[in-house]
Amino acid sequence: MGTLSNQVVIQKLTARFADKISVPTEPFGLLTLETNAETIAELLRFLKEDKELQFNYLTDITGIHYPEQELAIGVIYHLHSLTHNVRIRIKVFLSAANPSIPTATTLWEGSNWMERETYDFYGVQFEGHPDLRRILNVDDMTVFPMRKEYPLEDPNRVDKKDLFFGR
Amino acid sequence: MNNHPVYTDNDPQKETITLNLGPTHPATHGVFQNVLELDGERIVSGVSTIGYIHRAFEKIAEHRPFYQITPLTDRLNYCSSPINNMGWHMTVEKLLNIQTPKRVDYLRVIIMELSRISDHLICNGILGVDTGAFTGFLYLMEEREHIYEIFEEVCGARLTTNIGRIGGFERDFNDIAFAKIRQFLVKFPPILKEFETLFNRNRIFIERTSGVGAVTAETALNYSWSGPILRATGVDYDVRANEPYASYQDFDFDIPVGTTGDVYDRYIVRNEEMWQSLRIIEQAMQKLEKEPKGVFHADVPEFYLPAKESVYNNMEALIYHFKIVMGEIDTPKTEVYHAVEGGNGELGFYLVNDGGRSPYRLHFRRPSFINYQMYAPMSSGMLLSDAIINMSSLNVIAGELDA
Repeated sequence: MGTLSNQVVIQKLTARFADKISVPTEPFGLLTLETNAETIAELLRFLKEDKELQFNYLTDITGIHYPEQELAIGVIYHLHSLTHNVRIRIKVFLSAANPSIPTATTLWEGSNWMERETYDFYGVQFEGHPDLRRILNVDDMTVFPMRKEYPLEDPNRVDKKDLFFGR
Repeated sequence: MNNHPVYTDNDPQKETITLNLGPTHPATHGVFQNVLELDGERIVSGVSTIGYIHRAFEKIAEHRPFYQITPLTDRLNYCSSPINNMGWHMTVEKLLNIQTPKRVDYLRVIIMELSRISDHLICNGILGVDTGAFTGFLYLMEEREHIYEIFEEVCGARLTTNIGRIGGFERDFNDIAFAKIRQFLVKFPPILKEFETLFNRNRIFIERTSGVGAVTAETALNYSWSGPILRATGVDYDVRANEPYASYQDFDFDIPVGTTGDVYDRYIVRNEEMWQSLRIIEQAMQKLEKEPKGVFHADVPEFYLPAKESVYNNMEALIYHFKIVMGEIDTPKTEVYHAVEGGNGELGFYLVNDGGRSPYRLHFRRPSFINYQMYAPMSSGMLLSDAIINMSSLNVIAGELDA
């Protein structure tokens, strides 16, 4: 894999952000950590512009919904340091009532559509985004369809209930 | 974008023409709409509208067992469906910690490289058509047909292949399939050579493509480009080399890069990648000879669907069949990101699993979607005819764009 070990990344990040980031985990070797909406812009800038880390490539931005959590809406960033060939995943959780987070378009132009997609499906408001409109769904849609409260199947069907499938 | 004065259509001061390029324009090769403001033949600004064939795959995937998601991935980049299928299988294998035998990896590599060739054939062939040369396209289409015949021999389908299973393949390659691959390796190189002779140093083709849509490496990285179009700008990022999957580390191949990132460079990079794919397939065929025959899936009965005859005659197979189909297998509660090098770039699968029968969340990182967002900004100032070949060389596939 990469030429930069996860330990080095963790050390640099804890030195800089201390208690603003969560305890990192490494599922399948991919460094994963959580932060809050106030820190994310600064953290992304640090990761991108730090001379040693150089997480210069934004792989993906996407959302997730955990209805039972207090902070139910998650935004997940995947960054990639092409210089070192190391990836990092950053999660931010927001309240479902007011999911608002600073935009990453100031750092990567490419985040424009990724954020529009996340807004389209989860209703995350990216503050400072130049053109936050729906992208894949129709413009007059009123809901954010990837949230868990919107079922896929016809709710009247009884043969496809999850409880019959061990869930 | 949109910084020119905006007049309504009836305003006598309006000097530009509003043109709808798409959604069903023959030159766009798919369902994309671009609303362009034209000053004569030059594009002043443009706005892309996408989502015309959005099918909510991510939502559907949250309600389907893992093995039923494979047919959804077919319909992302339908020019190279096997790469999507196997990318998904490898994601699940990574989640379940399944080690596939080397022979399975090599068989996968053969199929994936064949699909890469068919993907690039379409793109470069169509690029020829868009610049006014139909002949090359017709030469190449015959060869894509032969690739599809190989897929047909392996899995029974041609376009939306649903090839393989979690853990390997549903059946071994038969002798006809191997014979067809060998025949392809003999017959295809002269035709690709002929195609290159038609285009590479063709004065008209160079004049039409050189310098069109040139992008610097910094801009391309800033827009998160990946795949051949990123490599055409000079960045040697290829998932096959950076994070080898399916034993790509066993193979010897080059990553072609361009310099200027214009349409001509993209064309050259794609052509060279086809030669490299052929090299990989040849190596894989040699490596296969040393592997034990008849191994076509990993030995994981709790995840790999058993053969139908053993389900009817064997108690254990029946139990596993039932458990797999009903989703009563135990899966780890964790998350995994796995990327493969698709025809258009880094095709990523982000899977969050809660141990249920279907993913809690599945996100496809679709290269076409991310590559295409630069199209409207980069079209400003371009001639309309240049914008057409620029779109053609981005090789945006509507299925992958909209998911």
